[in-house]
Amino acid sequence: MEKRKIDIPVMADLFAKNEKPEYLFWVGSAGAFDDRYKNVVRAFVKILTHLGVSYAVLGTEESSTGDVARRAGNEMLFQMQAMMNIELLNGYEVKKILTCDPHAYNTFKNEYPQYDGNYQVIHHTQFLRDHIEAGNLKVNSAIFKEKTITYHDPCYLGRANGEYAAPRKVLDFIPSEKKEMKRNKNNALCCGAGGGQMFKEAEEGDKEIFIERTEEALETGADIIATACPYCMAMITDGIKYKNKVEEVKNYDIAEIVVLSLGI
Amino acid sequence: MFTSIIFILILSGAIVVFYRKVRKITRSIKLGKDIVINDNILLRWKRVLFIAIGQQKMLQRPIAALLHIFVYAGFIIVNIEMCEILIDGVAGTHRLFSFFGGFYGIMVSIFELFAITVMFGCAVFLIRRNILRIKRFWNKEMTLWPRSDANIILITELLLMSAILIMNATDGILQTRPDSHYVKVGSFMISSIIQPIFSGLPSSSLIFTERFCWWFHIIGVFIFLNYIPYSKHFHVFLSFPNVYYSKLRPAGEMANMPSITKEVKLMLEENYSDQDDDNEEVTFGAKTIRDLTWKHLMDAYTCTECGRCTSSCPANITGKKLSPRKIVMDTRDNLEEIADKLFNKKRSEKDDEQNARSLFDFISAEELWACTTCNACTYECPVNIDPLAIILEMRRYLVLEESAAPGPLNNTFSNIENNGAPWQFSQEDRMEWAKDVYMNGIME
Repeated sequence: MEKRKIDIPVMADLFAKNEKPEYLFWVGSAGAFDDRYKNVVRAFVKILTHLGVSYAVLGTEESSTGDVARRAGNEMLFQMQAMMNIELLNGYEVKKILTCDPHAYNTFKNEYPQYDGNYQVIHHTQFLRDHIEAGNLKVNSAIFKEKTITYHDPCYLGRANGEYAAPRKVLDFIPSEKKEMKRNKNNALCCGAGGGQMFKEAEEGDKEIFIERTEEALETGADIIATACPYCMAMITDGIKYKNKVEEVKNYDIAEIVVLSLGI
Repeated sequence: MFTSIIFILILSGAIVVFYRKVRKITRSIKLGKDIVINDNILLRWKRVLFIAIGQQKMLQRPIAALLHIFVYAGFIIVNIEMCEILIDGVAGTHRLFSFFGGFYGIMVSIFELFAITVMFGCAVFLIRRNILRIKRFWNKEMTLWPRSDANIILITELLLMSAILIMNATDGILQTRPDSHYVKVGSFMISSIIQPIFSGLPSSSLIFTERFCWWFHIIGVFIFLNYIPYSKHFHVFLSFPNVYYSKLRPAGEMANMPSITKEVKLMLEENYSDQDDDNEEVTFGAKTIRDLTWKHLMDAYTCTECGRCTSSCPANITGKKLSPRKIVMDTRDNLEEIADKLFNKKRSEKDDEQNARSLFDFISAEELWACTTCNACTYECPVNIDPLAIILEMRRYLVLEESAAPGPLNNTFSNIENNGAPWQFSQEDRMEWAKDVYMNGIME
């Protein structure tokens, strides 16, 4: 197969040409700046390209959604971010937002309507499920056939928004063994990074939350810990390093698993 | 006649005292900020039906759920018998409903069965708390009073049920004695089992025992009724309204702050004018119970300290100080303290609200900052209490009023403010990731 460079469409450029893409893909700060997580957004745009979906990103106009600021108590900063983002999004007449980040998903879907930012928000696992079910993505390669995958529920997709099924549905289409952790779905244990924790030291305790969760994931004997959130990825990746399991156990986002299965 | 008067006096006293305490709690709850909750009435009733009456969320822990159903169902069913006891007491009758004949015997036997399930439930609960020492009943905030409170409730229920059974057993024997006038309705299913213990006693002792148990039970009920509002056991009343008024929106949504919206609009929009020009001073976030909404305060009074929230809290599981149950218990304690001062008719200056302790005298910043906002606590609570909302309101106070966020979070705030990301990277570099994306390229 021929290697082909993808040009990522940017909203301002399309708008200048009077084009209106169907989706805005919200990359998020982690997608833009976290070296490991950049690979997830790259994987997802490969899928978008493969499907021929009409989309664009905001590029250098994108800014923080304000999720962290709000949960860390800085409502002023959150609302400034929200209002500036909404002005930008409405200016581009955005109707549908795609994102890989459950925190952005939650903020757009549940909190921006508080300031007249009303969008149809789709998490990438929901988008992938829909396209796999519709038969648009043939993910039947044998690459994970011998592997066991365990899925870690992000709080902001799971408990916060009740989406437990979509990511599992996607994994069900990937030929592989699946194993649930002891605490899953509603009862899943947080990775430890939400609510601002990602950006500060943990309070004094017996243990770091990410280690507790990684240990639980390792107990399943899985070869792959699947995540669907940038914070969870950072935490679980650290956990695997801490437990010296980098060789044996991989941490992939659902989008990466799909890309590897598609071989694109 | 004489006993009727005594009974009516005790009954009225019990009702008046209970009413006054409940009214005080209602006033206390109303000390919270006013919010209107009147949307989706149908859905709210549905949740009352499933979550409060149907105890749906209890099922996440099946053993506790089953035992709780025993006590809960027993409590409700035995209350039917309370109707007869109350009427008997007022009218000076004995087993007034016995005119139902054979059906009466069946009903009382069913009540006895439920009394047994209540006793079984309470006994196992006592064992779980005091002998098995299940962890969530022994967390730090479970000091002597909350632990005793639970035991007092369980032991009282055991005693009240025992009284009914002994009363019925002796009644059954007395019915067969030619020298007593007890209405013949036959012995009852469960209490007949313990009749041999009493069958050797003379009728006078039996009558004394029967009457003693009757009075012991009903006065016990009146005392218990008046104990409940001082206890965690108040959940038997507040669970229903609390579930009714609980949040319907997705758990991930945080409450908006319109007062901040006004400020932000003044900053961002040139021709934005402040329409309602009331220069009322508002506190951002929550420092005192006055800054919380009445719903948060109702949450505090509804909590029965079961600790499901704390036992599922990732911060607590990993040994941090944060315990969602403690947040709710502290809110109630602080509220009670302030209500006592405010509603005290002989208020002196030292009872001034300004001198009262605030939520921060109970809850430390360390606890608040350990929360990951994962919503495990709100999901776990069988009666939809929202400890997370209180934590977040208090964080808002720390940041917006005191600028007292932990240092690293202050850096995060300035990064977001200056370069639109929580990390210190330039907004201009937001497309770096997009420079080298290839189809059919090898993934790392």
